[in-house]
Amino acid sequence: MVHVAPAPRSRSRFGYRLNAVGIGTMLVILFWAIIAVFGPLITPYPPGEIVDFNYFMPMSSQFWLGTDYLGRDILSRIIVGARYTVGISLVAVCIACFVGVTLGMLAAVTGGWFDSVLSRLMDALISIPSKLFGLVVVAGIGSSIPVLILTLAVIYAPGAFRFARALAVNVNTMDFVTVARARGERNAYLMRQEILPNILGPVLADFGLRFVFIVLLLSGLSFLGLGVQPPNADWGSLVRENIGGLSFGAPAVLMPSIAIATLTISVNLLIDNLPVKIRDRSE
Amino acid sequence: MANIVEIRDLRVGAVTDSGRKVEIIRGVSFDIAEGEIVALIGESGSGKTTVSLTLMGHARPGCRIESGVVSVAGRNVAKMTERERARLRGTEVAYVPQSAAAAFNPSSRLIDQVVEVSDIHRLMPAAEARAKAVELFRALALPDPERIGERYPHQVSGGQLQRLAAAMALIGDPKLLIFDEPTTALDVTTQIEVLRAFKAVMRERRMAGVYVSHDLAVVAQIADRIVVLKGGEVQEIGDTETILHRPSHPYTRELIAALEPVPYAGARIDAPTDARPPLLEVDRVSAGYGPLAPNGLPEHTVLRDISCRLERGENLGVIGESGSGKSTLARTIAGLLPAAVGAVRLDGTVLPGTVEQRSKDQLRRVQIVFQLADTALNPARSVGDILGRPVRFYHGLKGAALDARIAQLLDMVRLPVAMRHRLPAELSGGQKQRVNFARALAADPEVVLCDEITSALDTVVAASVIELLKELQRELSLSYVFISHDLSTVRAICDKVMVMRNGDAVETLASAELDRATHPYSRLLFASVPRLETGWLESVDYDPAVLQRA
Repeated sequence: MVHVAPAPRSRSRFGYRLNAVGIGTMLVILFWAIIAVFGPLITPYPPGEIVDFNYFMPMSSQFWLGTDYLGRDILSRIIVGARYTVGISLVAVCIACFVGVTLGMLAAVTGGWFDSVLSRLMDALISIPSKLFGLVVVAGIGSSIPVLILTLAVIYAPGAFRFARALAVNVNTMDFVTVARARGERNAYLMRQEILPNILGPVLADFGLRFVFIVLLLSGLSFLGLGVQPPNADWGSLVRENIGGLSFGAPAVLMPSIAIATLTISVNLLIDNLPVKIRDRSE
Repeated sequence: MANIVEIRDLRVGAVTDSGRKVEIIRGVSFDIAEGEIVALIGESGSGKTTVSLTLMGHARPGCRIESGVVSVAGRNVAKMTERERARLRGTEVAYVPQSAAAAFNPSSRLIDQVVEVSDIHRLMPAAEARAKAVELFRALALPDPERIGERYPHQVSGGQLQRLAAAMALIGDPKLLIFDEPTTALDVTTQIEVLRAFKAVMRERRMAGVYVSHDLAVVAQIADRIVVLKGGEVQEIGDTETILHRPSHPYTRELIAALEPVPYAGARIDAPTDARPPLLEVDRVSAGYGPLAPNGLPEHTVLRDISCRLERGENLGVIGESGSGKSTLARTIAGLLPAAVGAVRLDGTVLPGTVEQRSKDQLRRVQIVFQLADTALNPARSVGDILGRPVRFYHGLKGAALDARIAQLLDMVRLPVAMRHRLPAELSGGQKQRVNFARALAADPEVVLCDEITSALDTVVAASVIELLKELQRELSLSYVFISHDLSTVRAICDKVMVMRNGDAVETLASAELDRATHPYSRLLFASVPRLETGWLESVDYDPAVLQRA
């Protein structure tokens, strides 16, 4: 085929161009991020205070999303709950992916017995059902935010390890890694400069998916009463607290569920619609 | 003579990744008469494969036949429905792909795959088809034609598989056979056998053929006429003799000039009369993979008792076919695969076996350059980063000094300085290979191990890279170990040539004395390199028995 000069790149200001779905979902995620950061400043009512003598009230101009089973303002509780759900999940996914990807690349670069031992260890961790593991640890040690974060990270690190290792093994066999090795470069350089840039796209996508899994697991644990403890509440706990309102169709139980759904679906859709340039980095 | 193929003003369009439409074939016209073999020749991207595929009415994904007439046996393939094309393929037009290994299903028997075409088109009863297949195997000079079909693809050699692919194409008695670089992936000694078999069968059956290749010397053996393509346009059409001896188009002349052997005068910088030890000495090295056996050799020994030496300012060529261990030798010298027995000496000092044990200075003095610039350059880093790293790593340069050095390196390999900001994907094949080489120069080495560095390049580009290497050698007093399967490139740049086979060093010769090789294998290897003259295939003294004996 005729050699075609690379087309003048149509770059937006950020260098990448998102499609409509990507932009939409990005806005939803940004929205939740802002809520999580500035939550306590924008709540219409103090989240822990009983502001209405009725419970499970419908939406009204006074209480935009109604009130919960004690008569607290649900909007305020969702806004503050975003901190817990997004914050805990984000920290946990960062730890999980950092540890997993670093070890995965190290295993791929080192190879040999180190790789085998680490891989089998991670396989063993993966074989434990995640909910069960979470339940046992939280029930055993007691629930606090650091314990939750670490438990979630431990559950999801092996998956990140496996994913990163599989990608890194492929890059590791490329000649440019061999050249760097023949130059006398250390493992840290090989991992950071030669391998990581080439697996970054898929690793970021995996980061997003793993974030979704963690949000869902955290919400699940909270729903079972083992997550964030009262009087604080993340979205999962809000669902649990107000489950009694389900038969009345109370917004108190629906709205936190919708919050969980919008966040997780947006992250998923954003990953599916990432610009080709990011996804292609690995090819 | 009637024309079996008439192509008129063929245009094929493609859509690039960024959604732009480009025309990759721009108004190609030529004919093929009955019983005639026409070669399509050109460098990668010239559209030769695309043109050949249109003869079956096929365009690769993303491509479309836009306009023009492709008439095969009187019918316009370009206007056919997919159903009609399916009937055409295998019975009227058949295709022999470049990589037969990828064309065969590894999990079913060869004979079943060969007769599949007659099965699909219901041409003849199964027993008859099998008998015909055996007859074809015999005609293609396959060993044990009665039983070879019972084997699986991995149980036959590459050259045999390529002939089996031809048998698969021939079973439906097509009027036109398309060969798409069928011998490019083969060793020269195998290529000769395959070419002979193809030629014999085609002549015997008086079939028309299209032979797609980038190798003018191979094409000269088999084609009656040659179509020279470049950038999707026909540059020149003529019969083989005319193209070879009286080319009229400048591009054709350039192609032929690139194939002319350039005698190598030697680039000796200082006379080796002083008593200094050789720059690089490989002393009875054996190496391989797997655990060490009791005799001290690895389980899979790839190199056996190899010795060679490289004097300052000299170039050593290492030549051999695939699997001869020549790349392993480079890896052993570079410290990527420690020698099990023997030593590698640099300037008289023994180099430790592995990269980790070598000092930075020892590593700096020996650099390795790999064949495929596509995989040897990190696609995520800019040219500047790629070149800058060894400069910083070995010499600790920073800031303006680093920038100046990168600019100097780009200038050395004749690339514009602005290219430092590009990613490898934005460079052409030849440019990538230059960057790949510049990275080795960045270390300021004394020995550069070149592992097949011109093999993936088009002839003209490869010739310019070789010229560049010679120039840099004079300027920077380098010494090359030049590993290749291609005798003409080795001859163009090396003072001495070591012939390797199955892990053994067969013979070492001065490159001026290659004609006086004594070992039967080296004679066979040298004789098998196609020459740019018609009739070479018939005249060459080729005795495959040598291959079996050793």
